[in-house]
Amino acid sequence: MIVGHLLRRGLNRWIVLSLAVILAIGIAVPALNLLLPVTHPLHVPTYIVALFGKYLCYALLALSLDLVWGYVGILSLGHGAFFALGGYAMGMYLMRQIGPRGVYGDPVLPDFMVFLNWQELPWFWYGFDRFWFAALMVMVVPGLLAFIFGWFAFRSRVTGVYLSIITQAMTYALMLAFFRNNMGFGGNNGLTDFKDILGYSVQAGETRAALFFASAAALALGVLFVSALGASRYGKLMIAVRDAEARTRFIGYRPEYVKLFAFVAAAVMAGIAGALYVPQVGIINPGEFAPANSIEIVVWTAVGGRGTIIGPIIGAILVNAGKSWLTGFAPEFWLFALGGLFVAVTLFLPKGIVGTAIDGWDGLRRMRDGKRRERGEDAPLTGPQPEAAE
Amino acid sequence: MVFIRTIIAIFLLVFTALLALPAGAQEDDSALRQAISGLGAEKGYSKLRQAIDVVVETGDPRGARVLDALAEGDVYRREGDGAVFIVSGRGKERNLIDPVTSEQVGTIAKSELKKVRVNNSVRRTVRDAIGALTLGAKDPDIRLSAVRTMIDNPDPDSLDVIATALEREGDDDVRTALEQARAAAILLSDAAVPDKVAAIETIREMGGQEALSLLVRARNAAGAEMRDATEAAIASVQKRLQYWSLGQNVWYGLSLGSVLLLAAIGLAITFGVMGVINMAHGEMVMLGAYTTFMVQEIMRTSFPGMLDWSLPIALPLAFLVAGSVGFAMERGVIRLLYGRPLETLLATWGISLILQQTVRTIFGPTNREVSNPSYMSGAFQLGELSITWNRLWIVVFALVVFAVLLYAMNRTSLGLKMRAVTQNRRMAAAMGIRTPWVDALTFALGSGIAGIAGVALSQIDNVSPNLGQGYIIDSFMVVVFGGVGNLWGTLIGAFSLGIANKFLEPFAGAVLGKILVLVFIILFIQKRPRGLFALKGRAVEA
Repeated sequence: MIVGHLLRRGLNRWIVLSLAVILAIGIAVPALNLLLPVTHPLHVPTYIVALFGKYLCYALLALSLDLVWGYVGILSLGHGAFFALGGYAMGMYLMRQIGPRGVYGDPVLPDFMVFLNWQELPWFWYGFDRFWFAALMVMVVPGLLAFIFGWFAFRSRVTGVYLSIITQAMTYALMLAFFRNNMGFGGNNGLTDFKDILGYSVQAGETRAALFFASAAALALGVLFVSALGASRYGKLMIAVRDAEARTRFIGYRPEYVKLFAFVAAAVMAGIAGALYVPQVGIINPGEFAPANSIEIVVWTAVGGRGTIIGPIIGAILVNAGKSWLTGFAPEFWLFALGGLFVAVTLFLPKGIVGTAIDGWDGLRRMRDGKRRERGEDAPLTGPQPEAAE
Repeated sequence: MVFIRTIIAIFLLVFTALLALPAGAQEDDSALRQAISGLGAEKGYSKLRQAIDVVVETGDPRGARVLDALAEGDVYRREGDGAVFIVSGRGKERNLIDPVTSEQVGTIAKSELKKVRVNNSVRRTVRDAIGALTLGAKDPDIRLSAVRTMIDNPDPDSLDVIATALEREGDDDVRTALEQARAAAILLSDAAVPDKVAAIETIREMGGQEALSLLVRARNAAGAEMRDATEAAIASVQKRLQYWSLGQNVWYGLSLGSVLLLAAIGLAITFGVMGVINMAHGEMVMLGAYTTFMVQEIMRTSFPGMLDWSLPIALPLAFLVAGSVGFAMERGVIRLLYGRPLETLLATWGISLILQQTVRTIFGPTNREVSNPSYMSGAFQLGELSITWNRLWIVVFALVVFAVLLYAMNRTSLGLKMRAVTQNRRMAAAMGIRTPWVDALTFALGSGIAGIAGVALSQIDNVSPNLGQGYIIDSFMVVVFGGVGNLWGTLIGAFSLGIANKFLEPFAGAVLGKILVLVFIILFIQKRPRGLFALKGRAVEA
């Protein structure tokens, strides 16, 4: 009942519309790829499916960052670490599924361990041959890291820029660690050459379609979760913490727990995004931990509009589509464009595309109301607006 | 700057003096050549021994090389004119090497050569002769290096040579080395126990890695009565070596710390004093390094004689280039974002991407070569430590930059205004300070210092468009660790992180050591969110 109540509060027109669009894409794109013959004009090529599947994962990642940055005001510059950890958990499952089909044909050990002359599986690889365990770890590992990190950071009131910098240091340290061969995660080659997921070949069109749909469904669930959370009393508390942390504390709330909750929830979402990303691109390596990647996530969110729900999704898809398009014909121009985007968005579009659009819409409505009042008509009663999309 | 120029000038003088030296040594070539040709002329071993003595009498250490080759059987006489050569190579065609200059002078068929034969008694003469030649050289450095080879390869048979050399020797350093060589030889000879104990004592005092290997050899060869003394000496030498390795870690740590200090000190101004998060700080360092590269290229093509001056010329230029880019950044972007630190962070990150890509487009993505000037290449030995000149210069340079900056912040009018604006902007404005102007100048100063750091870092790091990225996280760590708004904190932060890193490396490896330091800082910030030397009072809330 509570869930239903929350959902009703959170579901405004825009959210329902975006959910419908996401699910429609999730069904239509793979269907058009699989069911129509290659020559059909509406046929979606396989590479587009892979590309859009990637974008959907990025969108979920951007949404998770939006939860901490847009709603609670924590700018995490290490969000890519949670994404990569989720990806590694999934990658470890996929590595175990290769079994004796590896280059060295060892029934248990992944190739890189045979190459390093290891005799047995390290303890942290146990259990990853089962999907349920790997799926659990996809959420538990990033969540646990976020919990420990956030517990220390928020309790000692590390805020603002300091927090951003130490989150960046966190992902940098993890990157260095995963680059080490003897960490047992494949060193700088990472994990790749995947064969099966749940018994189906990762290369098969049907598997790709299923993964695409799973990504869309995960994104839809993420949207539902964030909108419900944002509309709840807890969501109001999160925004209070963002806008006036000290005041919230003086009223008697514990901002550190609010932050911790949002941080852990966002980390879990990022982990799921990473887990869906890895089987679609077929590789996970320590480069995903690079601080630059995490900052790129921030720019997706900023472009779309932080503190909105569909903003980060639009931002992630737009920026990445722009990246794919630009790197196609003028690779050296991409960094100029990305850099310019950073500057332009912070200077001219501080609320992002969606935030500005909402402002414009509101302004237009106010103007209309004002005119109506001038003409002597009664302004419609405006109740307390649900501010989920703000 | 004047200080640095003076030092550079002194170095240039010393180097020209050194270059002038060998000219005098060329004169008695003919005497040596004459003596060496004697080696091929005579028949019979006793005549050959006399010829060797003639070579020794020239007193020219270059004669040692041909004698050495003689003992190895590499000296031949050319059939046609009886000239003597050192011959290398196998097969029918052999390489002729001039015995005096050691340069290859041509090739010759094997059949035209006649080997100068030696027997054991000649070899013994040769060994003594080489010792006498090199130990009798006029230049104490040559004598010293000759003795050093004797220490490394001790031979009981050379005791007599050492004894005669000791009698003649006037130079204290060479004397000490000779005594050590004698001790090393005694250890391997069948001398009496008291002599050997005394020898062990000498070797123990010598210390170092060679002493350790000598003593280990002696222990393996020694009888029961010597064992305890040798073991004790080995333990003592090892202990001393440990202290040296400690000292070496400290030195490496100081060296790394000075690099961190250089990279972070500009940030200490922009971030620490102004509170602006400049993610493009690393790119300012990179611009400084590329300025150095440009200056060096221009010097190389236009004024090759003044190549050594490229660093002093690059310093002010790098300051200007990076400083003006910083000035433009502040006026163009950062000015509009004051009070929004997270947005500043993103915008400056964007600028850093643009700067990187610009440099990559202009100079290409590969590493550019910036060579060390003569006064910064090479190394010198301090005890067991080998200290490279460029590292030493960078430590000195970092400290000088720090001192200058400290002076600028605390003693100049601009520094006063900077501090006033950062402490209370509105009050400073009310007193007539043009705060926007001060903001821009402060930012330009911080960026300019980063550019200067780039000049120094171009000497030890690869000059590539990614140069700055490698330093940005470390620099932030240093500033955050040391405490924001405090230059002393940056100094202490840089050196303690540098030393901690180098002390962790032997146990944990380079990468893990770095990770441990990062984890430590992350934990440290939890405990002291405002760094080691936190500002107190009202300024904290600003």
